[in-house]
Amino acid sequence: MAKVGIIGVGQSAFVRGYPGSIRELVFEGFKEAMADARISTKDIDASIVCSAPEYDKQRSPAGVFAEYLGLTPQPTFYLESLCSSSSTGIKTAYALVKSGLHDVVAVLGFQKMSEISSAESQERMGRGGDIQWESPFGTMMPAYYAMYARAYMEKYGATPEDLALIRVKASTYGQVNEKAVYRKAVTLEKFSDPESPMSGPVASPLRVGDCCANADGSSCVIVANEEKARAFSDKPVWIMGIGAASTAVNLAGRDLFTGLTVARRAGEEAYKMAGVSPGDIDVAEVHDCFTIAEMMAYENLGFAKPGEGKDLIRGKETYKEGSIPVNVDGGLLSKGHPIGATGGSQIRTIVLQLRGEAGDMQVKNPEVGLIHNIGGVGLYGNVTILGR
Amino acid sequence: MAGKKEVDTRFSKFGTVSFTAITKINDFIDYLEEGKVMATRCKDCGTVFFPPRADCYKCLDSNMDWTEVSGTGRLVTFSKLEYAPIGFGDDLPYAIAVLDYGDYKVFGRIAGNVPEEEIRIGMDMKTVVNELPNGQLNYVFQKA
Repeated sequence: MAKVGIIGVGQSAFVRGYPGSIRELVFEGFKEAMADARISTKDIDASIVCSAPEYDKQRSPAGVFAEYLGLTPQPTFYLESLCSSSSTGIKTAYALVKSGLHDVVAVLGFQKMSEISSAESQERMGRGGDIQWESPFGTMMPAYYAMYARAYMEKYGATPEDLALIRVKASTYGQVNEKAVYRKAVTLEKFSDPESPMSGPVASPLRVGDCCANADGSSCVIVANEEKARAFSDKPVWIMGIGAASTAVNLAGRDLFTGLTVARRAGEEAYKMAGVSPGDIDVAEVHDCFTIAEMMAYENLGFAKPGEGKDLIRGKETYKEGSIPVNVDGGLLSKGHPIGATGGSQIRTIVLQLRGEAGDMQVKNPEVGLIHNIGGVGLYGNVTILGR
Repeated sequence: MAGKKEVDTRFSKFGTVSFTAITKINDFIDYLEEGKVMATRCKDCGTVFFPPRADCYKCLDSNMDWTEVSGTGRLVTFSKLEYAPIGFGDDLPYAIAVLDYGDYKVFGRIAGNVPEEEIRIGMDMKTVVNELPNGQLNYVFQKA
């Protein structure tokens, strides 16, 4: 069976208040990916644009970007799965290429969140929950994940400090990632210092430091069939496995509050397709929109047994030098989380790692990498496994 | 000349801010006004749904009865918010939670008069109708 490869990756810097329009923002990620792939726009047969539409003033941005990027008259379309939109884009591009319909497909992710206030943003994100039955109670993303954190801590004896250790790790790598929105160090002491913004309560038990940074940003991943990938690229990275799943949007429809069922299912599917197991993963990007989300990801992906995720972070096993490095680019917590761009940025990190081009963040000689990208409060789960 | 058609927007009364006005289960609001929190039960397969729904995905049919959410549920998890989305700031601080009734679960708020230090995962609570300061209706969880 012919393989499907990734021949180019790019992203804009993730920033607060991008000084340009959405088409200009998308151009930045696209330009970097095109330079990486060393191809021209006529080599791209179709484009897929991924974002969470509640932030966009532009209706149907795909056509606008295709024209701006020189990707007309080729087909283009828009898709979304909240915060996992661009991973869904990768899955769709894989299918388009594998089917033979197209040879080369560009997946463009973006989000410009800064045009609305943080409270307004929380209200819109909260509407990624159940607007009929949950939103009227005044829900928002941190509170939903806080409910998981509460249940997790209660069942497994994890502490707020265990969660804070995940943020400390993220900041270690955010400081060396020039694309990250949050470049400062975060120490454990900041979480207990009432003077520090990190210690401020948001939704118990989560504090400001447990929450990712909103940002503006774009990403681009160029997917190609095996023949084109070998022709265009000296070191293509191959898509080995893809898994995806969904569950009840309303928390009342769920049975598990100490992990995400969609991540488990998507992970199992991706491992099976790739023919690898959790122990084979050399480097991973997981969806740490909140510290608890990374803790649950350790377990849902099989890096730790249920309840033992805290031991991984306490032992620094998910640091760059550890047994399973996770989010060594700063993650969503420090690198930032421009919704539609996030999955593509995670893919970019793993591609650079597998090519040995991750600079100060480079893990030693990785062969297989994994990307875990979640939409909503575990509503959509996507796991992608890449290899050299 | 046909008269103006009456639009049933009862559901706009649900919660501090409702994002839905028209739904086939608008009688839920009438029951709230009578002090009852109701689920629906499929007449064909007997499945009880909360939140209530007009349609059964198991039978692919729409033969529903109303049934009251009664007795107590077990507190599965909760979070107290110190920061609220637009439109909910006057309610702060408030806690959202999930109660497990066995056959179904209920997502809602914990009553404002329950001190946070008395809230424990696993405790028994009951779901009661609550009128909000702005005249809207929701339901909250009280200690059983």
